[in-house]
Amino acid sequence: MNISSAHQKVIDDLKNQYPDDILEVTGYQGDILVRTSVNKIHDICRRLYDEHRFIYLVDIFGTDRFTSEERFEVIYNIVSLRDQLRLFLKVRCEEEDPHVQTVTDIWKAANWQERQTYDMFGVIFDDHPDLRRVYLPEDFEYYPLRKEFPLLGIPGSIELPSTTPDTED
Amino acid sequence: MGLESALGEGYLTTRVDSLVNWARSNAVWPMPMGLACCAIEMMAFAGPRYDVSRFGSEVFRFSPRQSDLMIVAGWCTYKMSHAIRRIWDQMPDPKWCVAMGACASTGGMHRCYGVVQGVDNFLPVDAYISGCPPRPDAVINALMKIQNKIKTEHSVLLDT
Repeated sequence: MNISSAHQKVIDDLKNQYPDDILEVTGYQGDILVRTSVNKIHDICRRLYDEHRFIYLVDIFGTDRFTSEERFEVIYNIVSLRDQLRLFLKVRCEEEDPHVQTVTDIWKAANWQERQTYDMFGVIFDDHPDLRRVYLPEDFEYYPLRKEFPLLGIPGSIELPSTTPDTED
Repeated sequence: MGLESALGEGYLTTRVDSLVNWARSNAVWPMPMGLACCAIEMMAFAGPRYDVSRFGSEVFRFSPRQSDLMIVAGWCTYKMSHAIRRIWDQMPDPKWCVAMGACASTGGMHRCYGVVQGVDNFLPVDAYISGCPPRPDAVINALMKIQNKIKTEHSVLLDT
């Protein structure tokens, strides 16, 4: 794994500031992935934004690892336009009652991304200003990108239109 | 070369059904319900190369009130299905429906929870077209099938 000196500087700073919360640093195809503890994700994002100018939040998404512990993963793709660096942050949360602190107060763009992650995986983002579903109906009861959700959905869970035309009163 | 010269002083007999069906089948105005890439082929079907005006269907009407044939071209989500059904209900009778392409007919490659697996779940489909997307020839073929269907219907007299 080759970590550029600019990336290394950022990671060293994070490790100094949060020695117990940087759990893992991995690289894949030139991307650097930093796994942090779920409690400190907001603080770490705030420091990356303020000190290292990671002002561009590209994406937030979730994965279902389908493991018995720390099942869901939320991944942040952020870019520092000043240093031309891209960094991935990962946090893991439990299957029962998954909670992650929101980062909408740091990046406004996180609003819909977090809503989508909530929509698809059911991860609750604490202190999110408007945590509703994005794509699916408000009364939909399932989280479709979880592995146990069947490919074709639950029959009858989304309503089809009535096939009897409206009659005129 | 009018009809008069062939008939001379004579006359023709026919049934009202046949006359009305002949008129209807040669003026099937489509309602383009273009949802995905099939809509591009549907445009080619209306364009000069395939020239559907030979069959009297060149008038694509963007108002459901003026159209007779709904061509559902593309994959249909559950969210869109309500809009399609609403437009279908706004079309005046008599009306016909074509499910164009694999996605509209069966869901096609979109085998997933958000896509209706065939528009016949909420629409009375008269003709299905295979292909992904189908060639404009196939759409013309479906139109001709619809025309044949119209010609065999009872339009004025009820079958008692």
